Amino acid sequence: MNAILEIEHLTTRFATPDGEVHAVSDVDLRLDAGETVGIVGESGSGKSQLFLTVMGLLAGNGRAEGSARYRGTELLGLSRGEMRRYRGRHMAMIFQDPMTSLNPHLTVGRQLTEVLNLHKGMDAAAARAAAIAMLEQVRIPDGARRMAAYPHEFSGGMRQRIMIAMALLGGPDLLIADEPTTALDVTVQAQILELLRELKASLNGAIVLITHDLGVIAGLCDRVAVMYAGRLVEEGPVEAIFAAPKHPYTQGLLAALPRVDAKQPGDLFAIPGQPPNLQRGIVGCAFAPRCHQVIDRCRAVRPLLADLGCGRRVACHRVGA
Amino acid sequence: MSAASILSVRDLQVSFDLRPATLFGKRRRLVAVDGVGFDLAAGETLGIVGESGCGKSTLARAVLQLLPSSAGTVVWLGDDLGSLSPEEMRRRRRHMQLIFQDPLAALDPRMTVGEIIAEPLDAFEPDLGPAVRGARIAESMDLVGLNPLMINRYPHEFSGGQCQRIGIARAMILKPKLIVCDEPVSALDASIQAQIVNLLGRLQREFGLALIFISHNLSVVRHISQRILVLYLGRLVELAPAEDLFVAPRHPYTRALIAAVPVPDPLIERAKPRLVLGGDVPSPLDPPSGCAFRTRCPKAITLCAERRPETTEAGPGRLVACHRWRE
Repeated sequence: MNAILEIEHLTTRFATPDGEVHAVSDVDLRLDAGETVGIVGESGSGKSQLFLTVMGLLAGNGRAEGSARYRGTELLGLSRGEMRRYRGRHMAMIFQDPMTSLNPHLTVGRQLTEVLNLHKGMDAAAARAAAIAMLEQVRIPDGARRMAAYPHEFSGGMRQRIMIAMALLGGPDLLIADEPTTALDVTVQAQILELLRELKASLNGAIVLITHDLGVIAGLCDRVAVMYAGRLVEEGPVEAIFAAPKHPYTQGLLAALPRVDAKQPGDLFAIPGQPPNLQRGIVGCAFAPRCHQVIDRCRAVRPLLADLGCGRRVACHRVGA
Repeated sequence: MSAASILSVRDLQVSFDLRPATLFGKRRRLVAVDGVGFDLAAGETLGIVGESGCGKSTLARAVLQLLPSSAGTVVWLGDDLGSLSPEEMRRRRRHMQLIFQDPLAALDPRMTVGEIIAEPLDAFEPDLGPAVRGARIAESMDLVGLNPLMINRYPHEFSGGQCQRIGIARAMILKPKLIVCDEPVSALDASIQAQIVNLLGRLQREFGLALIFISHNLSVVRHISQRILVLYLGRLVELAPAEDLFVAPRHPYTRALIAAVPVPDPLIERAKPRLVLGGDVPSPLDPPSGCAFRTRCPKAITLCAERRPETTEAGPGRLVACHRWRE
């Protein structure tokens, strides 16, 4: 297989006035060309920080250790200038709120063509033509006219399309989408998911879809990685994990969801308790305090990701024991 | 109004006059809720769904008389709330409580949890002795799964799920007949969301509470509601028993809304027919003529632009506003 991104022993810490926060803790993950990988977890699980680390977009108080290689090149430790050469051209990230990426004071056309001048050295006419073509590709009607519009003149869904267009202009082969549909209404979300589905078919690279919505992952991803408290707890093919989750947290997460397509009788399955405080160093398994299968060993020894075969990995003392 | 109803809303309209955008511009009128009606029985949960700007929160606030309505009636246990004096309305408020989406923002950071939960009690039963008052606070905390020993803590010391429990304890302390829940689990993670949904269900069964449950999350609404009201641009498009609505939606918007929710099962999600609506919700300042949904509706015909569809009965306990629902 053709690895686009290889993450090994990646740890990200933040220095805060109240002590060090372990946002990402010893994560291993590999992405191959042609794959769409879903990263699921609840707030604070480290799913966004993992990829902000990879993209060199950590906040000033953040520090990363380990390794993240893009097509064999180590990204951690690159200078800001070197990193900027990779971002946009080889790897691009889109966010929940398009206004974090779009400049409200510049026309959409100016922002799109700027990417092309910067990364591809195109002249104005060629950049304009390419930008209009890209607007068409993300299904923004009347692209030539809308180039002159400012971001606020577009709806939330349209802005998300513009951000996707901007991310794709540099021709990246790694696209990281961080909760791209979370802020959108469900019928508009369906439109953007449709667009991502088309992209998946046409993009000659890998897509990472970071989301808290297991339904979005079920529809779009080939593999899923489940994160909890900064750690990767389970990873593997989407069909296999949704059909038979191995980690008690994955099991609980799937069971906790009410379904739009069926009525569950009685109460929902609720995982008791709260996620742990990442300021305190966690001994043993981070999920142990909420786990119904916990044994003494879980509280003492951190379970490592073990290979189960068939491309599945899980970090749990109770699996395969 | 049927015999069992505690609340009966008819033709409710809420509108806002907006300041003109320019000095000599026209004063514009935004109709946020446009002719909506429903009944609510004691102990029943009515889900209200719709996308942002459809008027679901405005509708709930107008029902609770927290916003003035421009037309229509709200009848609570036989009284037309719009005709009551402020003092008469105040006395009825103890039976109607409200909980919000962002639990932390809804709680005063300078008050202890005990003071927050006791607020309605202090307003309606100010003469309680400290011992009884303390016992009532502890009872309410216990009811929602909060340790009464945490009574002197402050909201920031609690997680999102616990803050929502504080909000529910405050709403429950007077043992109301109705709680309006405005997106109560939308800010919570899935594992915590299930805890809160279960808690609301348990309180409802134990105390015969009626709930108005506003949410954009159709899966949660299906789970918790007996009946569901679907809004689009401030108008009722469909009202039906929950299972009927999901099994056989009558309005094209309801159908699209349900189809748009991703199902957490790869086999089902990938096999289901795609029914993706084009475009965006139109501006409520300039709603389409006739049916508000017609600009996005796959079944729209000329009639839909010419005449607004009336709300018609479409089976037992079912209402739908569509010219073509029979087809």
